Amino acid sequence: MPLVLELEDEYRAAKKDPAFLSQMDDLWRNYVGRPSPLYHAERMTEHFGGPKIYFKRDELNHTGAHKINNCLGQVLLAMRMGKKRIIAETGAGQHGVATATVCARFGLQCVVFMGATDVERQKPNVFRMKMLGAEIVPVSSGTGTLKDAMNEALRDWVTNVHDTFYVIGTAAGPHPYPELVRDFQSVIGQEAKSQLMEREGRLPDAVVACIGGGSNAIGLFHPFIEDEGVRLIGVEASGHGIETGEHAAALNGGRPGILHGNKTYLLQTDDGQIIDAHSISAGLDYPGIGPEHAFLRDTGRAEYLTCTDKEALEGFQLCTRLEGIIPALEPAHAIARLGDICETMDKDQILIMNLCGRGDKDIFSVAEHLGMDI
Amino acid sequence: MPTSRITARFEKVRAEGRAALVSYIMAGDPDLETSYKALCALRDNGADIIELGAPFTDPMADGPAIQRAGQRSLKAGTKLTDVLALAKRFREDDQDTPLILMGYANPVFHLGYEAFADAAADAGIDGTILVDLPPEEDHELRDAYARHEISVIRLATPTTTDKRIAKVAEGASGFLYYVAVAGVTGSGSADPQDIREGVERARRVSGLPVCVGFGVRTGEQAAAMAAIADGVVVGSAFVDHVRTSLEAGTPDKIPSKIGALAAELSGALADAGRN
Repeated sequence: MPLVLELEDEYRAAKKDPAFLSQMDDLWRNYVGRPSPLYHAERMTEHFGGPKIYFKRDELNHTGAHKINNCLGQVLLAMRMGKKRIIAETGAGQHGVATATVCARFGLQCVVFMGATDVERQKPNVFRMKMLGAEIVPVSSGTGTLKDAMNEALRDWVTNVHDTFYVIGTAAGPHPYPELVRDFQSVIGQEAKSQLMEREGRLPDAVVACIGGGSNAIGLFHPFIEDEGVRLIGVEASGHGIETGEHAAALNGGRPGILHGNKTYLLQTDDGQIIDAHSISAGLDYPGIGPEHAFLRDTGRAEYLTCTDKEALEGFQLCTRLEGIIPALEPAHAIARLGDICETMDKDQILIMNLCGRGDKDIFSVAEHLGMDI
Repeated sequence: MPTSRITARFEKVRAEGRAALVSYIMAGDPDLETSYKALCALRDNGADIIELGAPFTDPMADGPAIQRAGQRSLKAGTKLTDVLALAKRFREDDQDTPLILMGYANPVFHLGYEAFADAAADAGIDGTILVDLPPEEDHELRDAYARHEISVIRLATPTTTDKRIAKVAEGASGFLYYVAVAGVTGSGSADPQDIREGVERARRVSGLPVCVGFGVRTGEQAAAMAAIADGVVVGSAFVDHVRTSLEAGTPDKIPSKIGALAAELSGALADAGRN
């Protein structure tokens, strides 16, 4: 507990420090490439014949996803606290690559914990992290997946807390991490809001994002929570289908529980043991969900839909062919649900979907699923 | 209110002029029958207090030894209700040895705090250590325990400040578990001199007996800790005997190996006395 309490104090101070904020702003602008564009997806709009669809283009960020927004914030915080060694967990490797990137930029030691099975299936990202100077620790404890990598990172952190900062990649984990990640990712929703205001002079009617742990979704949703007319729609990964038990939909197919320092919806057995998540997209493959999403669901403020592996592959291809944008498999889940969402909306309404990552990393697994040789 | 088994045990140990041996095994590792025999072996060889591990899929505060013990137990199908049934069976012939259930919050939360408290009291559990439930978040559990005589036992570490120890002690009872080294269970041995001050501070601020754990494996180390603390916790060293016996293909030796280590440790504590 003392370590998370210290982190909270430091974050409160940093939030009020103009030097911290301006350094972050400068790096977002000139290193990450923010603000990311708000793009009118004309052919997608035409295809569904419903509301006007905008993409928030966070896949254009440096390192190819929204993950770096948060990594930058947390690493700057680590440096404020005088920590020289950065650790992170990663599933697909996107958060690991983003963390390794920022560590390289600031000359910090970086250790990334990754499930042994993920190390095998995400070789390109493992190579990227190594090139960036990070040490990869394959985790074979438990079931050797993302949640086990997080357990191992927590174990390392409590052992080496004197010089180590743990950069958590999703809006989960012990307080203040969910708040920290939300705040650093809220740049997505803030930009989208002002960009749409400039273009259309109004708020959107709905904002849509895919959800694993929920960091890109909470970043998009948060600035709109007070705007009651804006529907907040999250899309969870239902893998082979919720009824099969092989999925990653904690809100739609899980129950409340306690894991990694927060109380939220979890995939678990009747005895309260955690079940491994399954999704075609390694980035959504987490058995829990950020606690703020659990709250938004229970209060009814946000809606949470699901999308299967198969549907996500269709979404992936649709976006690639219609818009000339190869999306990551994570946002492909949100894309795949756009048709259903559009049916509930009028033609003159506006929807913003967060295209939170690009699909370069996924081409190998997509090819395999489609039965194509690369 | 009658004196709890934990308090009575510390009084007895103090009267004998020594520190308590607090031993840990994982319930259901490798099966419940062996665990029952191991519990009896611990008791018969001088374990003063027994911590009974409840397995969890994500034991983030444990090192490799106890992680693997939990996996073996889960593989054997052990459920939280089985752990309670094991305690109840032990309690049939033993009314004095305090039993502490040690594990993680989720299985207990999932069963329901009220239902768990009733079942634990019925099984003769004297206290629980749920390592991922901090004082800020355990008031519902404490409310459920209030009708029974179950202690909430909490942990303090070398990084715990005086102010934090006061918070940790609030609502805690039985004893305080002082984690001697920053890290996970079974990690490197601590230097007794480094922790003396921390233990004294913890005892002064909390007003509870303080047991020291994490890193104690031998009679010699236990004796060194005894000079400082009211009790010495040994876990991974017991659990390692399960692994080595399984690897040697002699699972029937597990209770006797565990009993022998308990005898070594309790003998060392008896010889060491208290300073």
